Amino acid sequence: MLYIKCPHCGWRSQNEFSYGGDATVKRPKLGKEVTDQEWDDFVYNRKSLRGKHWELWQHLSGCRQWIKVERDTATHEIFKTLKASEEIS
Amino acid sequence: MQKYSIFSLMKNAFSNHENWDLAWKDPSPKKEYDVVIIGGGGHGLATAYYLAKEHNITNVAIIEKGWIGGGNVGRNTTIIRSNYMHDDNALFSEFGMNLWRRMSQDLNYNVMFSPRGIINLAHSDAQMNVYARRGNSMRLNGIDAVLLNREQVKEIIPMADFSENVRFPIFGGLMQPSAGTARHDAVAWGYARQADSMGVDIIQNCEVTGFDVVGGKIKGVRTSRGDIKVKKIGLCVAGSTNILAEKLNMKLPIETHLLQACVSEPVKPVLDRVVTFGAGHFYISQSDKGEMVMGGDLDGYNSYAQRGNLPTLQHVLTEGIAMMPFLSKLKMLRTWGGIMDMSMDGSPIIDKTHIEGLYLNCGWCYGGFKATPASGWTFAHTIAQDRVHELNAGYNLNRFNTGYLLDEKGLGTKTWIS
Repeated sequence: MLYIKCPHCGWRSQNEFSYGGDATVKRPKLGKEVTDQEWDDFVYNRKSLRGKHWELWQHLSGCRQWIKVERDTATHEIFKTLKASEEIS
Repeated sequence: MQKYSIFSLMKNAFSNHENWDLAWKDPSPKKEYDVVIIGGGGHGLATAYYLAKEHNITNVAIIEKGWIGGGNVGRNTTIIRSNYMHDDNALFSEFGMNLWRRMSQDLNYNVMFSPRGIINLAHSDAQMNVYARRGNSMRLNGIDAVLLNREQVKEIIPMADFSENVRFPIFGGLMQPSAGTARHDAVAWGYARQADSMGVDIIQNCEVTGFDVVGGKIKGVRTSRGDIKVKKIGLCVAGSTNILAEKLNMKLPIETHLLQACVSEPVKPVLDRVVTFGAGHFYISQSDKGEMVMGGDLDGYNSYAQRGNLPTLQHVLTEGIAMMPFLSKLKMLRTWGGIMDMSMDGSPIIDKTHIEGLYLNCGWCYGGFKATPASGWTFAHTIAQDRVHELNAGYNLNRFNTGYLLDEKGLGTKTWIS
């Protein structure tokens, strides 16, 4: 069982959250020409790191906010959580 | 190589079975090979076997970080089927079914292929319509499919919940009678033994640490047991695909996820088919030892852990008990996890890459085991001829770029949104 510290609600069990994938993927800027490759990278291509991985989770059965979580994909250890608006340092 | 038969069995019985040949050797890597296959799982071993058998390329090494058959080929729920709707998937899988049917004879190794049939249960009128359409598509591609109504399903699997007041009543199901199961470890060992006998080096405990790429061409591979010169490399590393892709500066439409499976304590024969729950994600069959073999959803987040968490297992087994209530009385014997190379459209990739001499075989999601022979056969063709076969032409890498996705279920890595 993962325990995730929601920056809004505190420690909660994994059951209350749903997963949203890699948090470092950025949508290409609006209002400019987007190449096929950029779009491909945004929609499909992922690094899927082994080790520390910043990812999005939603506290679906809680405050319903999206949050950022730094988790080790090999050990499941969670290092840090941020609000969605906070930048990954 | 010693042929396995009743006669060799009897002969060895006289010497207390102490004089059997080794099934495969344990060589050290040579300095140079024609082809190196990375990954000693089912697909890698099958690829090496077909390279030797179909294309006469025997100066081949299989490099495996751990031991052969220790990854997903040893961790799956052994289901073999070709009940696909899209042509690319259906024709590929049915080609594989034909290889499965003669695999034990072909490999001189009993893989215990058991074509017991698979039933996908339907729980609404709409789902029956969808299954009717899928069944028709399958039959057009020469694959057997039978649409069953509620009474027919009840006759085959009376232990399922047919009571009136259930959340997901059984309306019927789609059956592929020729689908089934096989002994997964035997598949890996059978391919390994034959590949070895034809001159393939199976090198275990050998981790790939890097690649030599010069001018966009593969020149060699660096391993924990020395550098190897080679012009063609086939990647068959399933859940580790992204780790090796990073060493090649490639980003792929793959995420590595965790999938769990479990078996119950052994019980007397009760279920002689493979059955899947249609209102969720749960599948079950009974092994020859009597264990109920079960699996279902991904844990739902990127993971390389090869071990799962309880909430998903609980969720999956809740579905199982909804479908077959007697399961609640059984004790769990073992649970385990494997790491899946989840592609973004749910279909695999068997293709060349932008690097000359680098071939890619990945993205098998949940469906890797049944594809073992067809994947090995087509991948061997792709490597040997340096061009894809028409059977794996649909499994190209650039479909994500062109938008020509092979979205059989309309789901990729986020299978839980269904």
